[in-house]
Amino acid sequence: MKILVCITHVPDTTSKINFKDNNTKFDNSGVQYIIGPYDDYALARAVELKEATGSSLTVLNVGLAETEPTIRKALAIGADDAIRVDADPVDSFFVASQIAAQAAAGAYDLILMGRESIDYNSGVVHSLVGEMLGIPSISPVMKLDISGNVAKLTREIEGGKELLEVSLPLVAGCQEPIAEWKIPNMRGIMSARTKPLKVVQAKAVDSGVRLLKFELPPPKGAVKMIPADQVAQLVTLLKTEAKVL
Amino acid sequence: MAILVFVESADGKIKKTSVEAVCYARAMGGPVTAIALGTVDRSELESLGTYGANKVLHASDEKLGQGVIQACASVLARAMQDEQSDILVLANSSLGTPVAARVAARINASLASNVVSLPDTSSGFVVKKSIYTGKAFSYVELTHPKKIIVIRKNAVEVKQDGNPAQVTPYKAAYSDGDFAVRVLSSEKASGEVLLPEANIVVSGGRGMKGPENWHMLEDLARTLHAATACSKPVSDIGWRPHHEHVGQTGIKVAPQLYIAVGISGAIQHLAGVNSSKCIVVINKDPEAPFFKAADYGIVGDAFEIIPKLTEAIKAAK
Ligand SMILES: Cc1cc2nc3c(=O)[nH]c(=O)nc-3n(C[C@H](O)[C@H](O)[C@H](O)COP(=O)(O)OP(=O)(O)OC[C@H]3O[C@@H](n4cnc5c(N)ncnc54)[C@H](O)[C@@H]3O)c2cc1C
Ligand SMILES: Nc1ncnc2c1ncn2[C@@H]1O[C@H](COP(=O)(O)O)[C@@H](O)[C@H]1O
Repeated sequence: MKILVCITHVPDTTSKINFKDNNTKFDNSGVQYIIGPYDDYALARAVELKEATGSSLTVLNVGLAETEPTIRKALAIGADDAIRVDADPVDSFFVASQIAAQAAAGAYDLILMGRESIDYNSGVVHSLVGEMLGIPSISPVMKLDISGNVAKLTREIEGGKELLEVSLPLVAGCQEPIAEWKIPNMRGIMSARTKPLKVVQAKAVDSGVRLLKFELPPPKGAVKMIPADQVAQLVTLLKTEAKVL
Repeated sequence: MAILVFVESADGKIKKTSVEAVCYARAMGGPVTAIALGTVDRSELESLGTYGANKVLHASDEKLGQGVIQACASVLARAMQDEQSDILVLANSSLGTPVAARVAARINASLASNVVSLPDTSSGFVVKKSIYTGKAFSYVELTHPKKIIVIRKNAVEVKQDGNPAQVTPYKAAYSDGDFAVRVLSSEKASGEVLLPEANIVVSGGRGMKGPENWHMLEDLARTLHAATACSKPVSDIGWRPHHEHVGQTGIKVAPQLYIAVGISGAIQHLAGVNSSKCIVVINKDPEAPFFKAADYGIVGDAFEIIPKLTEAIKAAK
């Protein structure tokens, strides 16, 4: 089996979000970058499947050169090789078009992604890629087993889950508890330095989406504290002041 | 601007989030056609008119009610053509979002998900999206002639003032290949208020000490007609099911009222709840970071406060 895992390079979950250049660019000063947490689950499950079935495992990122340390980390966790499509990942349709082009060229059987990126949170790249390749896409996946050419998956739905079965090839957007996050060991880190990382040109795409500007939410007003023995007062405030009851 | 709205249902009833999608389309202007798939109560379909649908299409094939993503995408792509729709509006859900994306890729439409307000059409067609897990917004222009918009909960006010609509049977087009994904079984909590749909959410953290204490939160939730939720460690240890976990790596909610009990307010938890209209925090530690993100707070022992709060709400009804 040939497995492709698509990873994002995103600000760590504790980052403060700020913008610069008149709110048109993300301000990355002081920001630590990580593999997207959901992508990390996808990668962890892919490493398990690779070990169990003797598959090959490629990671793919659409991003500028600054994402290479994050890609190397994925190699250290267990991917065999990597592809970076050299472009600013400006919107989901653009990114999906790049991934679909690489996926078609590499003829992968299983394409794993995160359920969503934590910068754009669009939750659409897996479905776009599935449609572009004309194959099924399933997300968010909590459990994935492969036997021969058939995948069995558990997908989360509102208030529950469903059990699905489908033949490969397949795109899946992953979330916990599909696998435990893996931490790279020393040997992984050493070998990652020399694993192949291919940089490819992006293809031109008109995604029909143009980013104009960013905005931060208005600052939160001060909290109103209510004494523990005046619970009824809270109910009154929720009714008359906040108007949410 | 002809608008098509994808309407989802569960157990024959239209989902609240889909009603919001119809209201959103109506507020945008153009003639609104709603389309529903599978078995849905007739009165429910007619009621879509009262929210602003000019026309209601119903493809009643039972097969379509299973929520198979590719099949729904095929039906919608074709319906947009049949109805000459310029815009497709859907509510964010485990079905709506993937269907929107597949239709967008198929017909080459501009796609925006997580949209939080009505489009600004004063120059071009600009929508506002929630990004960075609720920590920021972006404004994007949709430039293709066909546009697909997936809205977040509370993107628009629900108004009901029109007349019931006529329901027109619709012959849906799909192929066998659309059912390549087979649904073997599904489990759904029934009879409860579903978390992503709820207007009020009562959420518990590790401060609740154990699953045996959840009845207190369930009583409060029942009194408020609220859904229950929890922090990540609570679902990790198995005190509550995974689909109740909110935050960065869980469900993102945007209710009118979020009541957090015994949750410290870690940044990853806040990321899932920061779009709530009003946040109440109950925690015994006055230094708990959650108070900084709250509208109202009570410092004290949850085990004393929660029963009192439930009583106070009953008394005020
Ligand atoms: C990448 C990543 C992703 C994450 N994603 C999520 C996520 O999606 N959602 C999430 O929730 N967390 C997430 N976390 C975990 C998060 O960092 C916190 O560890 C978690 O939210 C803490 O849960 P808690 O508030 O229930 O527990 P604690 O932090 O242990 O807090 C318990 C609180 O209860 C209070 N308390 C104790 N007893 C009482 C009492 N009798 N009455 C009232 N109050 C009491 C305490 O004062 C304390 O504030 C993530 C972490 C990482 C690293
Ligand atoms: N720039 C990118 N490079 C590689 N994969 C990506 C990129 N952006 C998104 N993805 C993948 O698509 C998933 C869903 O992203 P999104 O639709 O942005 O929420 C992510 O979890 C990744 O697996």
